[in-house]
Amino acid sequence: MINPRELYQEIILDHGRRPRNFRPLPDASHSAEGKNPLCGDHVIVRLRYRDGIVEDVAFEGSGCAISTAAASTMTEAVKGKSRAEVDALFHEFHDLVTGKSATDPEELGKLAAFAGVSEFPMRVKCATLAWHTLQSALEGGHIAVSTE
Amino acid sequence: MTGTAMKLAAPPKWDLAKIRADFPAVGQDVHGRPLVYLDSAATALKPTAVIDAVSNVYAKDCANVHRGVHTLSQRATLAFDAAREKVRVFLNAREAAECVFVRGTTEGINLVAQTLGRRLAPGDEVLITGLEHHSNLVPWQMACEAASARLVVADVTDSGEVPLESFERRMSNKTRIVALAHVSNTLGTILPVKDVARLAHECGAVVVVDGAQAAPHLELDVQDLGVDFYAFSGHKVYGPTGIGVLYGRRALFETLPPWQGGGSMIHSVSFAKTTYKGLPDRFEAGTPDIAGAIGLGAALDYLGSLDRAALDAHEAHLLQYATLALEGVPGLRLVGTAPRKIGVLSFVMDGIHPHDLGTLVDGEGVAIRTGHHCTQPLMERFCVPATARASLGIYNTEADIDRLTAALRKAKELFA
Repeated sequence: MINPRELYQEIILDHGRRPRNFRPLPDASHSAEGKNPLCGDHVIVRLRYRDGIVEDVAFEGSGCAISTAAASTMTEAVKGKSRAEVDALFHEFHDLVTGKSATDPEELGKLAAFAGVSEFPMRVKCATLAWHTLQSALEGGHIAVSTE
Repeated sequence: MTGTAMKLAAPPKWDLAKIRADFPAVGQDVHGRPLVYLDSAATALKPTAVIDAVSNVYAKDCANVHRGVHTLSQRATLAFDAAREKVRVFLNAREAAECVFVRGTTEGINLVAQTLGRRLAPGDEVLITGLEHHSNLVPWQMACEAASARLVVADVTDSGEVPLESFERRMSNKTRIVALAHVSNTLGTILPVKDVARLAHECGAVVVVDGAQAAPHLELDVQDLGVDFYAFSGHKVYGPTGIGVLYGRRALFETLPPWQGGGSMIHSVSFAKTTYKGLPDRFEAGTPDIAGAIGLGAALDYLGSLDRAALDAHEAHLLQYATLALEGVPGLRLVGTAPRKIGVLSFVMDGIHPHDLGTLVDGEGVAIRTGHHCTQPLMERFCVPATARASLGIYNTEADIDRLTAALRKAKELFA
């Protein structure tokens, strides 16, 4: 087992401290709210989704460094992507943080920084909360999800 | 006091090395460092005496109780009944029959809420406090909803206290039940149970106490406290999980309707009519947690064997030491600073979420609890999503506290 300290890669610390796309999105077409009742993490994901493409995406909320950084890197990763590409990315990310990954983490770019999460089952929900919330927004918008 | 460091009294005479040797879990390594266990308020570690007592039940005296006439059954029954008597002594109840074995504090409170709660009428009030664990909140909320009664909440002060005035302000001639923690699991505050009980009884209300956090730290006397019901859990007093006790004052307890039906709790059964036993069998349907009860008895024996004055002095000293040490960590804020409290220290740190703190200090071999501690309304009261919580047990040392503060400083550096 790796030392918990190694969980906090520079990318995670950086995005946890200064989250990107942490803002409202007044012209959002889809949004959803996610909560992890176990630890109180709370995230709202909003996106402008047009012609099958995520044109813009932003989030707000509060949580630990893992959940904040996961939301922040997610917004960077999915911008400009199609629904199918977003789904595939989430699938790969989910496999990565649950230790099932067969793909080369390098292909995931910044998201690869979350590989260490798989060693900490209690923190998987922190890393996937924003992603689940994004899925929920894309599926119907304005739906509350809970990871518990 | 000036800005200079406060002088601490010399540590009391307390043979820590001997105590620590009694707890096998103390000696292990976590992430390559000797474990520092600061989560006893969640569950306490177990002394060898408890582990052996439980093991002995399954290895030797393995039989059901109050049923067979064979030797093993007699041995198990004697040990089980002896455990109840140990509980009576621990609580200073009038009689052992007033002490009913349950799964834990939560089940004890649910038992009262679902039986006594049936007497609630529309408009009646149940008074709790703002610092209750969900286990002394949700059962009453459920009982109130079922009866169209009202749940009323006594306010918590900024230091995390619930003074007598808070109760006075919320009590009325509609108050039927007052349910309160003896000690807050999140803040460590000791509540003025005896005074509240007197006040509640003047209003004709029944007093129910969640003693989960008090039992490991305070000398208990349910008669002196004057409470009607008092629940505690075995695993927080260095005993097994899955066993706890609900004490009830006989005059009231025996008037409650049975809760769970089944074997052991009946006098006679026919399809037309069943009659029920008195205390304690009335509330102990089915085969009880025999090993758990005997293990709890062993835990109470163990606690009873310790020098109480030295134990109290050690716990008070360590709390003071830990409070000063944590206050010295830059950016750390304690949540819950009541003058009368036990060794539970909740805190938040600037710029680091409690969950990240919990994970990082675990990397240094230090176990603390992080989260809302099953007290979500209290988190809201203090405007925090969660806290980190270090809680002390009889085996903790000053060195444990130093390891915690060192780990916190290291985490702070990483997040700076």
